[in-house]
Amino acid sequence: MQISMTVNGDEVTREIEPRVLLVHFIRENLGLTGTHWGCDTSNCGTCVVLMDGQPVKSCTVLAAMADGHDIRTVEGLAAGGTLDPVQQGFMEEHGLQCGFCTPGMMLTARALLDRNPHPDDTEIRQAISGQICRCTGYATIVRSVQWAAAHPPGWDTETGAGTDDGGAGGAVAEEVTA
Amino acid sequence: MTTTQEHAPNPAAGDPGRPIGFGRLQRKEDPRFVRGKGTYIDDIVLPGMLHGAILRAPVAHARLVSIDTTEALAHPKVLAVITGKDLQALNLAWAPTLSADVQAVLVTDKVRFQGQEVAFAVAEDRYAARDALELIDVEYDMLPPVIDARRALDPGAPVIRDDVEGRTDNRIFDWEIGDAAETEAVFATADVVVAQEVVYPRVHPAPMETCGAVADFDPIDGRLTLYETTQAPHAHRTLYAIVAGIPEHKIRIVSPDIGGGFGNKVGIYPGYVLAVVGSIVTGKPVKWVEDRSENLMSTSFARDYIMQGEIAATKEGKILAVRTNVLADHGAFNATAQPTKNPAGFFSIFTGSYDLQAAYCKVTGVYTNKAPGGVAYACSFRVTEAVYLVERMVDILARKLDMDPAELRLKNFIKPEQFPYANKTGWVYDSGNYEPAMRLSMQMAGYEDLRREQLEKRERGELMGIGVSFFTETVGAGPRKHFDIVGLGMADGAELRVHPTGKAVVRISVQSQGQGHETTFAQIVAEELGIPPESIDVVHGDTDQTPFGLGTYGSRSTPVSGGAVALVARKVRDKARFIAAAMLETRPEDLEWEKGRWFVKGDPSAGKTIAEIAFGAHGTVALPEGIDGNLDAEVTYDPPNLTFPFGAYICVVDVDAGTGHVKVRRFIAVDDCGTRINPMIIEGQVHGGLTDGVGMALMEIIAFDEEGNCLSSSFMDYLIPTAMEVPDWETGFTVTPSPHHPIGAKGIGESATVGSPPAIVNAIVDALAPYGVTHMDMPCTPARVWEAMQGRARPPV
Repeated sequence: MQISMTVNGDEVTREIEPRVLLVHFIRENLGLTGTHWGCDTSNCGTCVVLMDGQPVKSCTVLAAMADGHDIRTVEGLAAGGTLDPVQQGFMEEHGLQCGFCTPGMMLTARALLDRNPHPDDTEIRQAISGQICRCTGYATIVRSVQWAAAHPPGWDTETGAGTDDGGAGGAVAEEVTA
Repeated sequence: MTTTQEHAPNPAAGDPGRPIGFGRLQRKEDPRFVRGKGTYIDDIVLPGMLHGAILRAPVAHARLVSIDTTEALAHPKVLAVITGKDLQALNLAWAPTLSADVQAVLVTDKVRFQGQEVAFAVAEDRYAARDALELIDVEYDMLPPVIDARRALDPGAPVIRDDVEGRTDNRIFDWEIGDAAETEAVFATADVVVAQEVVYPRVHPAPMETCGAVADFDPIDGRLTLYETTQAPHAHRTLYAIVAGIPEHKIRIVSPDIGGGFGNKVGIYPGYVLAVVGSIVTGKPVKWVEDRSENLMSTSFARDYIMQGEIAATKEGKILAVRTNVLADHGAFNATAQPTKNPAGFFSIFTGSYDLQAAYCKVTGVYTNKAPGGVAYACSFRVTEAVYLVERMVDILARKLDMDPAELRLKNFIKPEQFPYANKTGWVYDSGNYEPAMRLSMQMAGYEDLRREQLEKRERGELMGIGVSFFTETVGAGPRKHFDIVGLGMADGAELRVHPTGKAVVRISVQSQGQGHETTFAQIVAEELGIPPESIDVVHGDTDQTPFGLGTYGSRSTPVSGGAVALVARKVRDKARFIAAAMLETRPEDLEWEKGRWFVKGDPSAGKTIAEIAFGAHGTVALPEGIDGNLDAEVTYDPPNLTFPFGAYICVVDVDAGTGHVKVRRFIAVDDCGTRINPMIIEGQVHGGLTDGVGMALMEIIAFDEEGNCLSSSFMDYLIPTAMEVPDWETGFTVTPSPHHPIGAKGIGESATVGSPPAIVNAIVDALAPYGVTHMDMPCTPARVWEAMQGRARPPV
């Protein structure tokens, strides 16, 4: 069957077997290997991508179900070479070790911050509670997301000042709401 | 020396926020990971690559009657189906394990655990390979299984390993250490003796990335390139050479980015071998990546120790002796990854952090119809089981003596002046200063206030518990003369090259699974040579690119490879002195080192930086005799002893009296890993281990039913803590450097996994004291806690 969707802002159309999972479509048909697979049972969340701005576990979504939808993966987080504050936050606060759960964690964090720019620690923990990390013990992930909340898109890393016009990162927010 | 001073960034470097050497530093590997540009095993795609899938046994013990692959082979996308019979023809049906046993690659005679490998299908794509498995018809003749380790040695128990000639029972080994008679004499005259069976259930490391391989065999020059999820690429290369008969110089093992290992990725699994066979048979690259059920059911589990513990003390609370008798369930093949002379790993450090008069243990290993393994999950070669046993026994003793468990520990610690300390089972603890760590953890916790709060709550009928544990690890195996794995001595190499412009590359034998080696090892070179970490590349995980060494497990990377890297940098620094002397037209002995440069004693303005010396070495400077025209060096580091990190942990729990649900409210961890290279990475290692501890203490168990069906074969049944089950960790540290390690570092990777389970269980038992509970086994699930409260605590296995 033929499916079409928007992935990280690009229109893609592919011929696939109906049974193909979204995670395999993204990884193998599109070659975007930043999305990982970890469990088959929707427990670990390493396969999380954003579908129309909402986190979904792509191991339990058929590629066909994403037909006509907007998909965003880790490869679509940085805008024009500028890291999303969530990506920067994970580096600043050691929110990752092996890096395997990281793309899913960052996408969930991005979705959280889009709807709640100033979450408290409990809200962050709840947001990522459908995802497993075996390395970090989560505290540094919470700190990473808080770092991103304190440095919204448009944060000027040189001057340490935020800007209101969105800057390079502003395009990211637009992409989610588009 | 014990201090709480952190290494500060070096302001002389001109950038006070970025240390030249030790200090908090963002990781060099992170930019690729946060962009989704890591390369994990399943990200590797080779031209023409095929996909393999393994058919696994649905039962635990059965004779294999027949396999019919006709239909599978008729599938248009299937290229090969390999069975045990095919492997027998290649002499590859059985492979040696890391513990001098053999393991079936594919079943030839009988199935010995549920999930065992029966056939391997190779197809054009991932889905077709799975389709092929559905088309293979296997007939089994059921046999009674041995599931309960306690019944494995019963007369008349089915013999699992009848493949081994002359074997008549399921005993793998009996091993003992310590002086039994001396220990008995102490026990016989002690005021107080307490005994308790302590079970450490079977758990699984379950890294987020499962195991996998991509094999690429080139039939023209006979060269095998094998990408695989391995923590020990060099050891694997040697073993493949021995097993498969491929000359070692024709084998290249590449361990790409690893999505977590925790000991799960040390062994050689049948899937890796099958990917190689698949590539040889089809002439194309073959990828095999296991699914989560395969990972949980067939790859290396951890623990599964049933320990009969005893502790003897005076009535004043002076601990005199500890002894234990252990039944160790190794599964169907003895495939534990551990040093040859240590069938029970480093369990013999069960004497803990205490100054004892005597100690003795006996360990009996048995086969059961369960998956093989046993040493994994950040256990430091079974230090996990040892620490759990002694720390539970000390708590039970404290209850018996009506003493505070922290006070009892403080009273019995090995004193600082006793180090190096020879314990009663043959270890020589390199350095330690236990009391300050214990006191710091109590201060951070507000221990006295917590005890007051607990009393108030008890009066109101609320269940609050405070658990203490104090651990000493033995890591960094090890001296070659004492420690080897399948005959390979546990030393590690390092090679360092400083390029003409002063940029460097260091090649190491160990392999990161997320520990941040690319950063830590660059910082060690930076500390020794004074060039910034960003100017130093760390190459690892490729046997064609790195020197030989035994790999990363047992917290050995910093103790062994870290030593190698420090020494190779010093070798370069020493060589640089001769070259600098030539450049400055003076004598080497007239030069003095400051971080980054050699200068003339008494004339600091006359000096040469490492970059200048590197250019000189590669340039036209007339070099002294015996000095090669480069600034390179290599070493192999054979550590003189292991290192002994330690720590003091305090856990606070609240137990719901109505449901038995345990909430870990606070966790305070004070660790001493000697010299601290990157505090950010150290904190991360501790946090991860503490989370493992919460998992094992509260929810994780690989359980089986009576027929040997694995009841924990997916993440729906094998529960792992999420962000909701763990608190915001409170960490602290002391610094007691290792006296023999080149930079005084001891290793940190497994400390928290080792030290945290007893703190949590001690806290739970403490909370349940009003119910008369003195012990309960993990996992402390709500149902099991509730049963313990009703006086019906039961072992999990």
